[in-house]
Amino acid sequence: MTSSEIHMPGEVKSDPAALMASLQLMPTPVPNPEIKYTKIFINNEWQDSVSGKVFPAFNPATGEQICDVQEADKADVDKAVQAARLAFSLGSVWRRMDASERGRLLSKLADLVERDSIYLATIESLNSGKPFLPTLFVDLQGTIKTLRYFAGYADKIHGTSIPMDGEYLTFTRYEPIGVCGQIIPWNFPLLMTAWKLGPALACGNTVILKPAEQTPLTCLYMAALVKEAGFPPGVVNILPGFGPTAGAAIASHMGIDKVAFTGSTEVGKLIQEAAGKTNLKRVTLELGGKNPNIIFADADMDLAVEQAHQGVFFNAGQCCTAGSRVFVEEPIYEEFVLRSVERAKRRTVGSPFDPTAEQGPQISREQQNRVLEFIQSGISEGAKLECGGKALGVKGFFIEPTVFSNVRDDMRIAREEIFGPVQQIMKFKTMEEVIERANNTDYGLAAAVFTSDINKAMTVSTAMQAGTVWINCFNALSTQCPFGGYKMSGNGRELGESGLREYSEVKTITMKMVAKNS
Amino acid sequence: MLRAVFSRSLPRVKVVSACHYSAAAIPAPSTQPEIHFNKVDVDKAVKAARDAFRLGSPWRRMDASQRGLLLSRLADAIERDSAYLAELETLDNGKPYAVSYTVDLPTVVKCLRYYAGWADKWEGKTIPIDGDYFCYTRHEPIGVCGQIIPWNFPLLMQAWKLGPALATGNTVVMKVAEQTPLTALYVANLIKEVGFPDGVVNILPGMGPSAGAAIAGHMDVDKVAFTGSTEVGHLIQQASGNSNLKKVTLELGGKSPNIILSDAKMEEAVEQAHFALFFNQGQCCCAGSRTYVQADIYDEFLERSAERAKKRVVGNPFDLKTEQGPQVDEEQFNKILGYISSGKKEGAKLMCGGSAAADKGYFIQPTVFGNVQDNMTIAREEIFGPVMQILKFKTLEEVVERANDSKYGLAAAVFTKDIDKANYIANALRAGTVWINCYDVFGAQAPFGGYKASGNGRELGEYGLDNYTEVKTVTMKVPQKNS
Repeated sequence: MTSSEIHMPGEVKSDPAALMASLQLMPTPVPNPEIKYTKIFINNEWQDSVSGKVFPAFNPATGEQICDVQEADKADVDKAVQAARLAFSLGSVWRRMDASERGRLLSKLADLVERDSIYLATIESLNSGKPFLPTLFVDLQGTIKTLRYFAGYADKIHGTSIPMDGEYLTFTRYEPIGVCGQIIPWNFPLLMTAWKLGPALACGNTVILKPAEQTPLTCLYMAALVKEAGFPPGVVNILPGFGPTAGAAIASHMGIDKVAFTGSTEVGKLIQEAAGKTNLKRVTLELGGKNPNIIFADADMDLAVEQAHQGVFFNAGQCCTAGSRVFVEEPIYEEFVLRSVERAKRRTVGSPFDPTAEQGPQISREQQNRVLEFIQSGISEGAKLECGGKALGVKGFFIEPTVFSNVRDDMRIAREEIFGPVQQIMKFKTMEEVIERANNTDYGLAAAVFTSDINKAMTVSTAMQAGTVWINCFNALSTQCPFGGYKMSGNGRELGESGLREYSEVKTITMKMVAKNS
Repeated sequence: MLRAVFSRSLPRVKVVSACHYSAAAIPAPSTQPEIHFNKVDVDKAVKAARDAFRLGSPWRRMDASQRGLLLSRLADAIERDSAYLAELETLDNGKPYAVSYTVDLPTVVKCLRYYAGWADKWEGKTIPIDGDYFCYTRHEPIGVCGQIIPWNFPLLMQAWKLGPALATGNTVVMKVAEQTPLTALYVANLIKEVGFPDGVVNILPGMGPSAGAAIAGHMDVDKVAFTGSTEVGHLIQQASGNSNLKKVTLELGGKSPNIILSDAKMEEAVEQAHFALFFNQGQCCCAGSRTYVQADIYDEFLERSAERAKKRVVGNPFDLKTEQGPQVDEEQFNKILGYISSGKKEGAKLMCGGSAAADKGYFIQPTVFGNVQDNMTIAREEIFGPVMQILKFKTLEEVVERANDSKYGLAAAVFTKDIDKANYIANALRAGTVWINCYDVFGAQAPFGGYKASGNGRELGEYGLDNYTEVKTVTMKVPQKNS
């Protein structure tokens, strides 16, 4: 695998020899990996698009095309719905299967992902620009653990028997909803696939999943593993394609019972509208965020600086949870800015297959331009550009790690989701003030507070209008913990037991009894 | 610190070849002093388990999901070795190999996989308490758990105990039945192989009055779980009261009623009732050992049941055609023959069987008694052998009262097509499990346990986790509570 030519600003600030010594022990990507699966996956079969159209998949580190992929559109969605509906029919193999056996299949899928994790991490890096080692250790592990977690839940989804008034025997059944459309983004392609498939299949649904057009490749490989694991045909269908065509077809399909979407708030609104216009399918949304990270003067400074840095720069800033508003208490503000800038300058940007690179490219030229435009707005609206601010290199879509200080709450960079490696640092005086400013947004996905004071921690975390609040940590996510947004960051929760609720329909069965006794 | 006894007993096992099998080939425990563990060994094991449970130990620091993964790997290893384990189980216990391999082993694997899944899902709550407080519960492991298991389903009983205990993070000192130690010891090796930290699971073969009593009365064991006879269950509970008030759960005996209404499908009811009693050589705590048959169909049912029993194939457990192997040992063998004798003496009508089935080994003929009255010994006491009691009844109210008139309350069943009758009876019976139009249907997902003297606490399902959990409430003052 050839790494791209990057023009680095200044020298690499690390001891290459020591790094290389330890990196010898690290796993390496598959050289010249073969892309095996580029078609549409319906009924456990690989199919060409009905229209015959294909679209390109790119390597964002170089801008070069990797391959062509079959492009699904409405006609393919129709085929998939037919297959998924049939697989869900009463008496089908999938409906008759023991819940524990559904769990067994998910478990096998996890094992297969683990078996092929180096290959999958290689393709994920190639197609998304994420650095290889973090992809292997974070994304792949997260994917495997999520599948295993939901595998364990399949036969533990309990209804209840209910002491109802009257001569009745009453109980609830938690049934699968039916055919679920799932539309996932490009920032964590494999992980998002697992977050969607896990609970949906554990609960017994059938699925039509559209990966992002930027990153279809690992999802299609997963389809092959789904078949290898032994899922019956029609249970999982994967349709690569574009939002306005395939995605819209899913959101408005009369034969789809539920749609789950992760992506931008802008498109989230379209999905909800589409559901309302058609069959009122159930909708869950995981959307954007402009997440506040609140640093008090009594915080552990080293910890706070590093966590705030990773919190905004991880995945080249392309996280819905990015801590993109760093509120720092006045007494430590100057020092915090100094240290954050110094850390950002040290951040290594390079080829995803360079094991010393912390940050890869943005996903596309479009995203890169969008981020650069935000940076310009920051400069023109009067924020202080402390470091970075420009594109990096000629090939690919790299951006320098960028830090703004003296950011005001009304600036665009403080209000809108940038989705790039741009950190905003603002000053605050009192706890009440920062709580109000942190909540003053239409978003509400995550928040964090750094402090050693137990009372501040409890007060701030309770006050945040956010689905996840971190105390003295950031981006601490795990498959056991429900995750989702307040306000326009979405509705519904993924992961944890809560994740199952969104994939079940509750049926109450009430049977007349003769002589009820307690 | 795992017991290395297995390697000492192995040579003996290899000598016995399948075609010359008889239960007599395995010498009775009383003649094998070197595999006899007692209080001193229990002390060593408790110390190891306590050490493995200390704050900061690898086991206490381990992610819950990782505990689940270890249980999952154990299930995989047992599945890998299931042909061997089934053979060993049959050799040691006498149950037909076809059943060990197709029923016991897969059920063991499923049980462990089920509890592997629970490890990181057993959540406490956050609670809206009055006042300016933040309140939540933690589900913590109890600590060192003593587990004493019986000989009728050696591997399965081991899985029922280890699954919930390890999923919730406890450490274990397990005493296996002296009649059937071999498969549990093999599993001990697998536990080490898949990577459980030292001291988390300790397995001791030994006798009840010595090793078992030492566990039940130990001052440093936090909980004891016992499956076995009601008689010994009493002793365990007393021992707890006499020592450190350790938590006690018990799965004891039963005299489970199987109620056949006149609208039941005759063939199915006969076959199920036969299976309900005779499965596992009659050695089930939940055996349907009082078959109540409604008057209109009584005569036909009795005859058909006798027919079926006469056809039951008794023989070498390694012969795949065998339905019934030997009883587990001489003591049981004699006890059952004693009950049969009392049945004859007290005036029950012997329809078939009634004596030993061979001159070697502990085989007993499938035996059916008709015209059984509620006050007969065979209708009141747990026989634990292939002896079926068939009783007549007229009305639903009557049979419910008679069925409940027992000190036991483990399981029950009703066979009927009528939805109202089924609900009425299922509701009215004082039993931990009620089967409708089926029998002995178990799932790792479904709780199982006894009313009254059949025990306390439930095993399996989510409920099974309760017995291995201490709930800690944490209440923290906050400056200002908001909802």
